[in-house]
Amino acid sequence: MDATILLILVQDGVVNGAIYALLALSLVLVFAVTRVIFIPQGEFVAYGALTYAALDTGQLPGSVWLLCGLGLAACVCGLWQQRRTLTAGATTRLVLQTVVLPAAITALAAFVAPRKPGVLIEALLALAIVTPMAPYLYRVAFQALAEASVLVLLIAAVGVHLAMVGLGLVFFGPEGSRATGFSDAVLSFGALTVQGQALWIVGLTVVLMGALYGFFEFTLFGKALRATAVNRLGARLVGIATAQSGVIAFTLAGAIGALSGVLIAPLTTVYYDTGFLVGLKGFTAAIIGGLASYPAAALAAILVGIVESFSSFWASAFKEVIVFTVIIPVLLWRSLRSTAVEEDE
Amino acid sequence: MRVLWPLPALALCVVLPWVPGVPVFWVTLLNYIGISAIVVIGLVVLTGIGGMTSFGQASFVGFGAYTTAILSTQYAVSPWLALAAAIAVSAVAALLIGAITLRLSGHYLALGTLAWGVSLYYTFANLDFFGRNDGISRIPPLDVFGTKLIDGRLYFTVIWVGVVLACLATGNLLDSRAGRAIRALRGGALAAASFGVDTLRARMLAFVYAAMLAAFAGWLYAHMQRSVNPTPFGLNASIEYLFMAVVGGAAHVPGALLGAGLVTIVNDRLQDILPKLFGAQGSFETIVFGAILVAVLQAAPEGVWPHLARIRLQRHRVRPDAPPLPVRAPAPRGTPILEVAGLHKTFGGLTAVNNIAFSVAAGEIVGLIGPNGAGKSTTFNLLTGVTAPSAGSVRFAGQPLIGLPARTIARLGIARTFQHVKLVASMSVIENVAIGAHLRGHASALDGLLRLDRAEEARLFAEAARQLARVGLADAADRPATSLALGQQRIVEIARALCLDPVLLLLDEPAAGLRHNEKAELATLLRRLREEGVAILLVEHDMDFVMNLTDRLVVMDFGTKLAEGPAETVRNDPAVIEAYLGSVA
Repeated sequence: MDATILLILVQDGVVNGAIYALLALSLVLVFAVTRVIFIPQGEFVAYGALTYAALDTGQLPGSVWLLCGLGLAACVCGLWQQRRTLTAGATTRLVLQTVVLPAAITALAAFVAPRKPGVLIEALLALAIVTPMAPYLYRVAFQALAEASVLVLLIAAVGVHLAMVGLGLVFFGPEGSRATGFSDAVLSFGALTVQGQALWIVGLTVVLMGALYGFFEFTLFGKALRATAVNRLGARLVGIATAQSGVIAFTLAGAIGALSGVLIAPLTTVYYDTGFLVGLKGFTAAIIGGLASYPAAALAAILVGIVESFSSFWASAFKEVIVFTVIIPVLLWRSLRSTAVEEDE
Repeated sequence: MRVLWPLPALALCVVLPWVPGVPVFWVTLLNYIGISAIVVIGLVVLTGIGGMTSFGQASFVGFGAYTTAILSTQYAVSPWLALAAAIAVSAVAALLIGAITLRLSGHYLALGTLAWGVSLYYTFANLDFFGRNDGISRIPPLDVFGTKLIDGRLYFTVIWVGVVLACLATGNLLDSRAGRAIRALRGGALAAASFGVDTLRARMLAFVYAAMLAAFAGWLYAHMQRSVNPTPFGLNASIEYLFMAVVGGAAHVPGALLGAGLVTIVNDRLQDILPKLFGAQGSFETIVFGAILVAVLQAAPEGVWPHLARIRLQRHRVRPDAPPLPVRAPAPRGTPILEVAGLHKTFGGLTAVNNIAFSVAAGEIVGLIGPNGAGKSTTFNLLTGVTAPSAGSVRFAGQPLIGLPARTIARLGIARTFQHVKLVASMSVIENVAIGAHLRGHASALDGLLRLDRAEEARLFAEAARQLARVGLADAADRPATSLALGQQRIVEIARALCLDPVLLLLDEPAAGLRHNEKAELATLLRRLREEGVAILLVEHDMDFVMNLTDRLVVMDFGTKLAEGPAETVRNDPAVIEAYLGSVA
């Protein structure tokens, strides 16, 4: 191995790691606020990528119908859950959020898609199509389970993951897609050549992390989310609508997942079921970071990315084995550090 | 009844597939159900009862299947010998994996097993040794006295005899000393450890047991299919097993059979119907599957079985004639038992306990009192090893206690109750009490599995019944622990503590929630224990109760000791009056 290969591998690792870092951040976010271990995160990546790729070819992506369907389901669930306390205002809001919004997005997509408006508009449109699915999912699957144990929520998350993979196959078909990048510039710094798309990924990741930091530190919504994360009941007692916090957390996670998908779509061929492994690597990072700390999770994600790129160079067949066993020394360390008698939550 | 059901069940295993009119298709389906059920029974022990979620159970099925496949194709080992090897390999793998993973709590553990599951799947699929993605074929069929079991109807008998054996073994295990340790994990690790249960070991036992059952199922699978490949041992299969457990009722062994049956049949039907319904490609069954899973969790988080059957706790027939358990020689009255000196605890800048010193002697009741926030509970936690002190020493019969785990503290003869009651909801009162006698029994898990532990179990339960009678709850022995009123649950905790044969009894607010008569009975009981030479330290708010019962009182306020002495002295101490009532000025 020479220095050029080394640099390429590191670069690859950092770019992939940046994506894992985004996913790890949103996993930590969702877990902290709702205690849901968000296994379907990977599906948002795949949906984002495939929606973007469809728009890129001028087609109306199948996911708009899924969006409408999920919105309708969320509407029905919302009406059912609030059937005793429903007011005219709340009903209107619910219908606006879950029926009118997806219809509007669908109409917009149907109008814009054939005109091929360019990558940025397409990317934004893809985000608009995929992101609302997350809060709809929260309303349909998780809101009724808000008080359940972490394990029940985890199993429910697995159920949602299964359903979403199946739906992905229905709406996107079994073929993989690849999309145009944000930039086809190739920059070279001495021995290192850097693709424009890679810079986009790393840059957006950094910006998004900064934005999330600002959101949690300085905005009332962000603080409400953190309060919910620390103590649900306490947050509710001081007037924070914890269900609303769940919706916000899921929306953020959906947006981050979809964005990650849009970002990786030009780098690799994405299939309807690609997301799961990508999401799992985000998990590895989040677990290493302890599902609690954002900076630790982000650093761990870069590490996972680099381990992955090096192991695909040396032992590509065992890439996944190596990446997932990276967890084990970390788990070991955590378990040796933890006290002998640990109280379950 | 309990003893008799396996006989007709075994007869059915032989006869059912040959009943005229039973279609071969159903026999095949039942074969798959049986194999899944064995895996899911393991998951019931591990997840539903032990509280550890495993997303990697299919890998252990894989260990079993691949072991027998490799041994029987490449080394011509008899499948029956390979069964022992398959189970052993899986058990060793579970020991290794468990050693690394099982210290993790709740969701970390689940995610850890998920990572294992994915890694092992790719290992199976990429090593030549395992035949890569093609797997291993031409596995010989099972052979009984020269008859090859190729016909699914013959194989049915093997599988379902296996299911019956797995049910029996699991029932035996759960109704034994080792099984109670696993079940006790549900009441909180601390409560179990405080009575000497090695919680890590109990978790390991559940994990290894589940892995062994999975390997058995894998062995059955390999010789039924006669070929193996990585797909049925991947993450999706693990999830499906978990799904079966959740649907059936994860905390009940019959739920495993029900779940395996429901899921397998529904899955089979869906694969048949859905493509016709939609007329298109796509794995519709996974969509429906995922949706049903979420719906089941929302509608019936306990699974289907508890809705079908009225869950009855097993009644324990107590044999009062069982020879009593050996007891500790009581310490002579007045021997110092607990000596606390210079105890100090700070949380950040807050000093919760400041230089506390007192002692408790054998045959003495000492009360620890003080207003809210005085540091009583923190002191209690320092004594019981739950939190580590910043400074100071705690000695028990001359031996330093600080730094010892709860389990060792229990072994020394210190028993405690909890301010927030920690009983196992899914166990009867007497079973909860019997956990207290955990350290006085010695039967291993294997003894339990093979029912070699009956004599010892009889002695443990006779002791538990004795202590229950002593606290006046003999009638409640077979009721679910959490069906009692809160005050009575505290008394059950005292009975559990007494089962330890304690030298020192630490009681955290024992009288809270008791009615007047019950308080009087509790006081009588504690006085009798004092006569027997037990040292008792209690934290209590009920002044009446404390004043009439204790030999000495230690009064705390804002972390410091305000006063110490007999009740009358303390009652008239101006500092104490000020702390409780405020100053007169």
